[in-house]
Amino acid sequence: MTDALKTRITETIASNRIMLFMKGNPSMPQCGFSAAVVGILKEVGVPFGSYNILADQELREGLKEYSSWPTYPQLYVDGQLVGGCDIIREMHAKGELASLLKAA
Amino acid sequence: MWQYQPVPTTLDAIRERLGAAFPGATIQVRDTTGGDDHFEARVLSSAFAGRRQLERHRMVYAALGELMATRIHALSLVTEESNNP
Repeated sequence: MTDALKTRITETIASNRIMLFMKGNPSMPQCGFSAAVVGILKEVGVPFGSYNILADQELREGLKEYSSWPTYPQLYVDGQLVGGCDIIREMHAKGELASLLKAA
Repeated sequence: MWQYQPVPTTLDAIRERLGAAFPGATIQVRDTTGGDDHFEARVLSSAFAGRRQLERHRMVYAALGELMATRIHALSLVTEESNNP
């Protein structure tokens, strides 16, 4: 991976405290798993940033390598990967997600 | 002589890779659409002891390797710790 791409990835992750890399955008998700995570974030009621990886093939492939995570969506909080759809759903069901997202 | 060679499905390939990576694990894989590209997998393994879900899922993804980029379009995962060795 080039340094320029790595920089672009880290800057995009850091652009919001809660950052969702997804297929499509929150108002029009292009995949059921992305839609599910958007729905959960809206339910928790926290502001979040999102990035449509379908519109950026270079970042789409680069982020998979950067995070050792081969699928989307990917949710980052404070720069750390929290997980994909299954993990977000599970954390939400256990009531763990809201406290993580709302922690200052 | 003509011989029939069945083409292994992606479902077979997933079962084989997970079985090799998690010996002794209970592994259930289901094709959710019948299209051989959307799956659900449940892996119950002692290898997950002391690991967070994020790491467990990474272990599964690593075991599946290039299948994740080629033949698997979607994979829903449940990873649980088992007490069996």
